[in-house]
Amino acid sequence: MQKSDHKKKSKKAYCIKVYKDWCKRCGICVEFCPKSVLVQDESGLPIVKNPEACIGCGLCEIRCPDFAIEVKNKELSFDPKSKNADEK
Amino acid sequence: MPLTTHLVHQYLRHDKKFPHVWCPGCGNGIALGALIRSIHHLGYNRDDIVLVSGIGCSSRMPVYVDFNTLHTVHGRALTFATGIKLARPHLKVIVIMGDGDAMAIGGNHLIHAARRNLNLTAIIMNNNIYGMTGGQHSPTTPYGMRSTTSPYNHIERAFNISELIVTAGAGFVARGTVYHAEMLHVLIEKAIQKPGFSLVEIITHCHIQYGKLNQKGTHIDMMKWQKDHAVTVEKAQKMTIEELKDKFTIGVITDQNLPIYYDEYEKVKQRAQLSEK
Ligand SMILES: Cc1ncc(C[n+]2csc(CCOP(=O)(O)OP(=O)(O)O)c2C)c(N)n1
Ligand code: SF4
Ligand code: SF4
Repeated sequence: MQKSDHKKKSKKAYCIKVYKDWCKRCGICVEFCPKSVLVQDESGLPIVKNPEACIGCGLCEIRCPDFAIEVKNKELSFDPKSKNADEK
Repeated sequence: MPLTTHLVHQYLRHDKKFPHVWCPGCGNGIALGALIRSIHHLGYNRDDIVLVSGIGCSSRMPVYVDFNTLHTVHGRALTFATGIKLARPHLKVIVIMGDGDAMAIGGNHLIHAARRNLNLTAIIMNNNIYGMTGGQHSPTTPYGMRSTTSPYNHIERAFNISELIVTAGAGFVARGTVYHAEMLHVLIEKAIQKPGFSLVEIITHCHIQYGKLNQKGTHIDMMKWQKDHAVTVEKAQKMTIEELKDKFTIGVITDQNLPIYYDEYEKVKQRAQLSEK
């Protein structure tokens, strides 16, 4: 395996999901994201603009007053319906 | 801390109407998330928790979560909680109140719960105003600020909730903000673990009432204010009074072991039984 390949694989990637029905478009996740990953569309809904910049800190999740944004580790294929998924 | 939302959803009552009732950007939801995380992290079974509240925007928290919950009357949440704890001492009783609820109508209950060192955890959402009923001033509305009942500026000085409760004799008092959401669940965890009366004062924003009446900007501006004006207890110790002038401290303010009401009550029962023999 080439070195560059290895590097690519070890970089963590995150998948960010917004629950549109629960989101009240407050913009807190967008404003306080340390990596400017998110922007708001005209309606205020957060849009993932720079997914590769996400460091998976989860600050958007814990500051979301509406439990409407979720950050998932891409390598971790977890089932959102499962009751045993771990917090970490 | 990814997957927090996923975790929180497991504790919500999905038969309730979501999105919840709070205004967009209100800090109540952030605090509820922190509370759920702390209970989960401590490993409690959800049936071991009783969440009791009064009336107010913040007091709607229990409605949304799948613990044992009791949404009581304005100002009296601590009295219901006292009854639950004395009757069912094995349950973990957590009380949610607004600043109006806890400091105005329920102020007497609060200071005496602290003084007695009842085995309860109280969480006070301090947004400096009566949010639910339309922005009337509360005992934590600062001097000179506007509310619908002080349109020509408030002439009373505010209570400092945490300091008052330290003086009232609580074993554990901590203060956090909804901006510092990571620290918040750590503080709540410590409070829940502490035997005796513990208080977490949460500085939050009501941008809809207090913010609008006092030109404090949006909920985001008010969260930035929290960020800029909060100083950790440790850092504050190295600062001068002048430097601390417009700041407030966050972190554990007091942590001490004091006689606990329930233990003392058990001792009284034993003494009484012995003297009867
Ligand atoms: C005995 C009684 N008095 C007054 C009221 C009206 N009331 C409902 S909520 C509230 C104050 C709410 O303010 P606070 O406790 O600070 O909570 P917030 O809404 O700001 O979260 C008042 C006065 C009531 N429901 N019951
Ligand atoms: S997890 Fe952190 S870096 Fe990624 S979008 Fe959320 S706040 Fe931004
Ligand atoms: S009125 Fe204030 S405290 Fe009540 S939900 Fe709206 S922002 Fe929150």
